[in-house]
Amino acid sequence: MEIIKKIEQEHMRLDVPSFKAGDTVKVHLRIIEGEKERIQVFQGAVLRVRRGTTDSTFTVRKVSEGIGVERVFPMHSPYIERVEVVSEGKVRRSRIYYLRGLRGKAARIKSKQIWE
Amino acid sequence: MPKTLGLLGKKVGMTRIFSDDGSVCPVTVIAAGPCPIMQIKSVDKEGYSALQVAFEEVPERKVNRPERGHQAKAGKGFFRHTVECRIDNAGEYEVGQELTVDMFKIGDTVKVSGTSKGKGFQGVMKRWNFGGQRASHGAEKVHRSPGSVGNATFPGRIWKNKKMPGHMGARNVTLPSVEVIDVRPEENIIVVKGQIPGPNNGLVMIRKKN
Repeated sequence: MEIIKKIEQEHMRLDVPSFKAGDTVKVHLRIIEGEKERIQVFQGAVLRVRRGTTDSTFTVRKVSEGIGVERVFPMHSPYIERVEVVSEGKVRRSRIYYLRGLRGKAARIKSKQIWE
Repeated sequence: MPKTLGLLGKKVGMTRIFSDDGSVCPVTVIAAGPCPIMQIKSVDKEGYSALQVAFEEVPERKVNRPERGHQAKAGKGFFRHTVECRIDNAGEYEVGQELTVDMFKIGDTVKVSGTSKGKGFQGVMKRWNFGGQRASHGAEKVHRSPGSVGNATFPGRIWKNKKMPGHMGARNVTLPSVEVIDVRPEENIIVVKGQIPGPNNGLVMIRKKN
């Protein structure tokens, strides 16, 4: 089993910042269109982080023109250029699926207070 | 019996990695070789041309006496498994020569054989993908049964090879075309794409495609 861990570690990225459910993140995605490559940004709230090695993923939800959009990103995918943590949210659970049922002002997440 | 030269190995387990184009690729890790050649069989002596390769070194006391005497001739120690590969050019190899994962390279297509996981005595729905019977509308105790198995007076018997319940799994399975993703000679590791037959720690044989 040690060799499997070693192979997985070689495919994992060390530059992914730590974030958890409730945080707002900007995911910079590399989009390849034919020959050209450009960066697309997907900003939203993290619904959940699925922990693991190479198979860890996270789900980001945003509301685009009144329509809720969710995307699941593999944490260590080479398609992700970088992940930027915009703000940390104050939530009580690690899977904030209840956000799907809320809209407008109710769907806001309180930001975490950091005491100096 | 394998017709091409093969390497014995042990399935370590599966994981997923990212391939060069960034897509996710499921892989199986196999600890293969080194496999010393124990015996060379020739047309003159045995009537056919073959190589006998061994795998997984064990202490001498783990090998029974007749096998011990046979394996001592190669002088490479004692091994749990010995398997014959029928190849025509067996004379080109030497006894004691070690086969390693070096014989494969990244991008090769190989054959992988192993014994599939045993499933025990299974019904037709699991074994042959039958549809079973109705869940309701008066169906009683027959939900997973095969239904009719033949006709009446003609033929008056059940056809041969009729798909029936029975023992499933635990048979030799060969995958004809498996892609090699990674080869690590220093660790005796070969990584192939997708799944291979058998449980983790099961014995498998990897062969070049002819």
